[in-house]
Amino acid sequence: MSLRRSAAIVLRQFYLMRGSAARVVPLFAWVGVDIVLWGFMSRYLNALTSAGLNFVVTLLGAVLLWDFFTRVMQGVTMTFFEDVWSRNFLNLFASPLRISEYLGGLIMSSIVTSLAGLVFMLIIASGVFQLPFFGYGVVLIPALLILFFFGIALGIAATGMVLRMGPAAEWFVWPIPALLAPFAAVYYPLTTLPRWMQYASRIIPPSYVFQNIRGLVSGGTVSWASLAFGAGLALLYLLIASWFFSRMYRHGVRTGLIARYSSETLN
Amino acid sequence: MYGDNAAVDHVSFEVTSNEIVGLLGPNGAGKTTTINMLLGVLQPSAGDISIAGVDLTRDRSVALGCTNFAAVYAQLPGNLTVYQNLRVFGLIYGVKQVATRIHEVLREFDLIRFRDTKCGVLSSGEQTRVSLAKAMLNRPRLLLLDEPTASLDPSTAHDVRAHIREFASSGSGGVLWTSHNMYEVQEVCDRVLFLSRGKILLEGDPRRLPEERGKASLEELFIAVAREPLSLEISEQ
Repeated sequence: MSLRRSAAIVLRQFYLMRGSAARVVPLFAWVGVDIVLWGFMSRYLNALTSAGLNFVVTLLGAVLLWDFFTRVMQGVTMTFFEDVWSRNFLNLFASPLRISEYLGGLIMSSIVTSLAGLVFMLIIASGVFQLPFFGYGVVLIPALLILFFFGIALGIAATGMVLRMGPAAEWFVWPIPALLAPFAAVYYPLTTLPRWMQYASRIIPPSYVFQNIRGLVSGGTVSWASLAFGAGLALLYLLIASWFFSRMYRHGVRTGLIARYSSETLN
Repeated sequence: MYGDNAAVDHVSFEVTSNEIVGLLGPNGAGKTTTINMLLGVLQPSAGDISIAGVDLTRDRSVALGCTNFAAVYAQLPGNLTVYQNLRVFGLIYGVKQVATRIHEVLREFDLIRFRDTKCGVLSSGEQTRVSLAKAMLNRPRLLLLDEPTASLDPSTAHDVRAHIREFASSGSGGVLWTSHNMYEVQEVCDRVLFLSRGKILLEGDPRRLPEERGKASLEELFIAVAREPLSLEISEQ
C-alpha cells in the first residue's frame, strides 16, 4: 500500500476546499447551528428543572459527540462524491491506485474534516455554553474511537452502495445518521425505548458510548466491558464495510459498471 | 461478456515498444471494451492481459503503473486547475520529480498559459490536451488513446500526432490508438487491427492493407468492414 497515492486523494480534497467556500462553510455551519440550538435548549431545560440536573453536560455533550460521528461519516462520503460529481472514476480506477489506498485517502480526508468540525464545536460548546467536555475524563478516548470507527464504517458502506447503485443513490446516504439516532439513544436512556428497539440498539456501537457517558454524568461508573464490546463491534463493521466496498468494486469491474459509471442506467 | 452477449471474442494482439497500433472498427465493434479491459476497469470473462510483462489480473497496480490513457469520455475533473490535476495524478502514478515533469508536459502540449486555469472552463480541445499531458506524465510503456484527436482542430491534431509519433519513436513505449479518422490512422499507425462484432477481422500495415484487400483506400476498407464483415471473413479463409 502506497501512502503517497492515498495522500493524492487528500491533496485533491485540499485543493477543492482551498478554493471553495461552498465546501468549507458546511464543515462548520451545520455543527455550529446544532451546538447553538441544543446549547440554548439545554440552558432552558436547566432553568425548568431544579433538581441539579445539568442538561449542558448530558444533552449538549451528547449532541456534540453525535455530530462528530456524523461528520466522520460524511467526511468519507463527501470525498467519494467529489469523484462521482466530477465523473472521475475512470481516471482513478484505471490507474495504479489500489482500493485500499483509495479508501485510505477517503479516511484521511475524513479525519481532517471531522477534527476541524470537532474543534469548532468544542470552541462554541465550551466558550458559550460552558460544556466541560474534558471533564468526562478518559472515557472520551474509547467514546471518540468508537464513534470514529463506526462513522468510517458507515461512510465506506454508503459509498459502496452508491458505487453499486449509481449516482442517484446518493440520496440514500444523507438520512443514515438520522435513521440511526433513535436507536443509538443519543438524547435519552435506552430504557426509554420499546423492547424491540432496545434489542436493535445492541448492535449499534454508539449506543454503548451514550449509555456509558449518561451513566457517568448521573454519578454511575463506566462499564469498560461494554465500551470494549462497542469498540469491537465498530471494528467488525469497519471490516465488513471494507469487504462490502471491495465486493461492489469487483462487481463493477466484472460487469463494466465502473467503466460506464457516469451513466445513470446502471441497474 | 455482458450478460449473454460477447462484446469481444478471441481478441489477441501485442503492442511492442516504438510501435503505434491502430484499433479500428465501426461503433460497437468492441474497441472501447478492449481498452477498458486493458485499463483494468472491465474484467475479461477469459484470457490474460500482460503489460510490460506484468500480469494485469495478478498485479494490477504494477501493471497499470506501466500504462496510461486519454479518452474523450474521461476528461480530468473540471473543478481542479490543470496543475492541480497533474499534481494529483503525478502522485497516483508515482512520478518522480513530479513538479519538473509537470512543467515538461505542460510545455509539450502548449498548456503553460493554462497552468492555473480550472479544467472545466477550458475548450474541449484544450481539455483533450490536458488529458494527453496526464497520459504522458509517467512515460507509460503502453499508452492507450481512445479517439484522442476527436475534438481537436486540424492544426492541434497535427501537433498531437507529432507528439505521439515522437513518444513512440523515442522508444519509451508502444501506443494503442483508436480513431475514426482514416487519414490520421494512415499517417500515424505502424499497424492496424480491424475489429468487427468483437473479433479481429484484419491486421496489417494501414498503407498496404487497402490494396491487399482490393480497396482504393483505408476508408473504403473501413466501410467494407462495417457493412460486409462476413465477405472479408470469407476471403480471409
